[in-house]
Amino acid sequence: MNEIVYKEDLYPNITLFRISTPELVNKAEAGQFIILRAYEDSERIPMSIGGLDREKGLLTIVVMEVGKSSAEIVRMEVGEKFLDVVGPLGIPTHMEDFGGTCIVIGGGVGIPPILPIAKALKDHGNKVIGIIGARTEDLLIYEAELGAVCDQLVITTDDGSKGIQGFVTHALQKLIDDGEPIKFVMSVGPVIMMKNIARTTEPHGIPTWVSLNPIMVDGTGMCGGCRVSIDGKSKFACVDGPDFDGHKVDFDELIQRQAMYKPQEKVAYDDFLHKCRIGLGKK
Amino acid sequence: MASNELEGLMLGQIEKKLRMKIPRQQMPAQDPKERIHNFKEVPNGFTPALAVKEAQRCLQCKKATCMDGCPVDVDIPGFLQLITEGRFSDAAKQIKLTNSLPAVCGRVCPQEEQCEITCVLAKKFTPVAIGHLERFVADWEREHNETEIPEIAPPTGKRIAVVGSGPAGLTVAGDLIKLGHAVTVFEALHKEGGVLVYGIPEFRLPKAIVKAEVDFLASMGVEFKSSYVIGRIKGIDELFEEGYDAVFIGTGAGLPNFMGVPGENLNGIYSANEYLTRSNLMRAFDFESHGTPVMAGNSVAVLGGGNTAMDSVRTGLRFGAEHARIIYRRSRKEMPAREEEIHHAEEEGIEFQFLTAPIRFLGDENGWVKQMECIKMELGEPDSSGRRRPVPIKDSNYMIDVDTVVIAIGNSSNPLIPRTTPGLETNKWGNIVADDETGLTSRKGVYAGGDIVTGGATVILAAGAGKKAARAIDDYLKNL
Repeated sequence: MNEIVYKEDLYPNITLFRISTPELVNKAEAGQFIILRAYEDSERIPMSIGGLDREKGLLTIVVMEVGKSSAEIVRMEVGEKFLDVVGPLGIPTHMEDFGGTCIVIGGGVGIPPILPIAKALKDHGNKVIGIIGARTEDLLIYEAELGAVCDQLVITTDDGSKGIQGFVTHALQKLIDDGEPIKFVMSVGPVIMMKNIARTTEPHGIPTWVSLNPIMVDGTGMCGGCRVSIDGKSKFACVDGPDFDGHKVDFDELIQRQAMYKPQEKVAYDDFLHKCRIGLGKK
Repeated sequence: MASNELEGLMLGQIEKKLRMKIPRQQMPAQDPKERIHNFKEVPNGFTPALAVKEAQRCLQCKKATCMDGCPVDVDIPGFLQLITEGRFSDAAKQIKLTNSLPAVCGRVCPQEEQCEITCVLAKKFTPVAIGHLERFVADWEREHNETEIPEIAPPTGKRIAVVGSGPAGLTVAGDLIKLGHAVTVFEALHKEGGVLVYGIPEFRLPKAIVKAEVDFLASMGVEFKSSYVIGRIKGIDELFEEGYDAVFIGTGAGLPNFMGVPGENLNGIYSANEYLTRSNLMRAFDFESHGTPVMAGNSVAVLGGGNTAMDSVRTGLRFGAEHARIIYRRSRKEMPAREEEIHHAEEEGIEFQFLTAPIRFLGDENGWVKQMECIKMELGEPDSSGRRRPVPIKDSNYMIDVDTVVIAIGNSSNPLIPRTTPGLETNKWGNIVADDETGLTSRKGVYAGGDIVTGGATVILAAGAGKKAARAIDDYLKNL
């Protein structure tokens, strides 16, 4: 259990893992998340589910190295085991036949989790348009996988190296302007991206859900660290989410809370990289 | 037994009149000035000489009223008698006949409200230090490697799933395994012990002791499955489908309450659960090797007056706070924390601001809490809890500078299992409805106990509920 059976560097600091967790995979649904602990003294890290292969019992996660914990994870190799893979956690993304077009939008490492969501939406009989964005063409991931699932895939890059030049919100605005009968928008990615998506759809009254990934410890409702303000009320992303109505989320508060440990994260990361350089690191 | 340790001890019983003349023995403790800089346990435990002397104070009453106060029916005069004979490990085994967790209970039980308050000596003198002695014998047995696996009944072929490895779940597991049933304990976190590992700090309950208790259960044959969230990866019904004959739910009070005052989500404001979990379970006090951060504030304010509040504020102090204070809306008298905990906190220089409640939190430009606006309270008529209700005094508002705030005002019930278990009745607070005497819920074969039923209470009440449920489960399985 928890063995890494496949590893691929999608980009120098973005790594895909397939992990053998048959029981979890059998139970998990699109939109849920897991908590991963690499070693005995590691942090507990919440991760979106980036793919579920029920036949083989494989869970896909895509990790970007941003600090000590993710650095530890991406240095693990095929054949090694994660100490803990806890889940599935959170409530699955709401599914139904929405009777119109569904848009799934992913940014950065938020792109992989929209793949199982897009698949589930298709299974419920929806027309699905995917929008993925990145700074530049090289950073685009999951293009082929999403292309195979979505009825249409729109690509945006900040520098115009591929697809529409601009942000995912530009592509979304264009679909709205073109009169696409959008009944549901689901997005996963950086908080600022989700905030702008919610802003784009709000004047049109399009139901827009976002998957939030706040700082979290236990993931079962016990610590309250993941609380987010929804319509002025505190909700726990781990048990009430991770999906919330994007028009009700206090994104600015979430951005602030996500930055809570930036100084300590930097200390831990610098220390880790230093130990790696002098040969004391995990790998 | 290491006989040299017993040399020179004045063993045996002494005349009753003389017993009453012995003063209650004090347990040595780490100096407050030292201990505020470390996370090591505060009281050091009795020496054999102190333990024997203290146990000799027991009058060995025929009608032992102390036992009326014990939720798990420990034979108190019995184990005290064994101590006077120098049979410390036998005393521990005596306790373990009815209490699976003596090293834990000896430390965190509120004995002053249970066995010690009903001790006959309490009326005229001071009660026997039953808790300290329980701790002493449990530690003795463990430290001298004299722990023995008790007799286990022949296998019954019945399987029980215990959900949650806190004091309730561990007690159920210990009692049922002895009766020959197969027991699996499921734990959502990566370490067993529930609140004993994530909630209670190292300086009050060393984690090595919890581990020893868990290992002891494992050595009796209890199977532990950690990082396994029942209600998510598997529902209660699926446990039955897998062949479990009964289920015990002991998931604790899992959802922290907040106050609902403006600014509560500013950075630097924690629930006690998060603050303590980061420190205890995730070892934030050893950031260098564990990497789990926590705000080590300079001015820590903890809101609440219970044991969890004391644990939080003393943790804040140990992280190096210059000001670590308790803000409580009633007076010292109404604080629900144990006297011993309040006393330790006072010794360590914790500041107490009574009759004070926050009304809002103010942040800096980056969203960090920097001030707390408080209002003074006065005590009015008693409320439903019997304690006098705090009433705000008009225009008494004032500001306190803070950089870390910990909210320790209790927990609500965790919704995970009720939400995913059809037919499981809950009350209006979301607690599982269970029979007082048996722990039976509205579902056949499903029992519950501890904080998930009562709301936030104590370790020993949870253990007591586990005890009753284990008995009822055993009866149920016999008739299955």
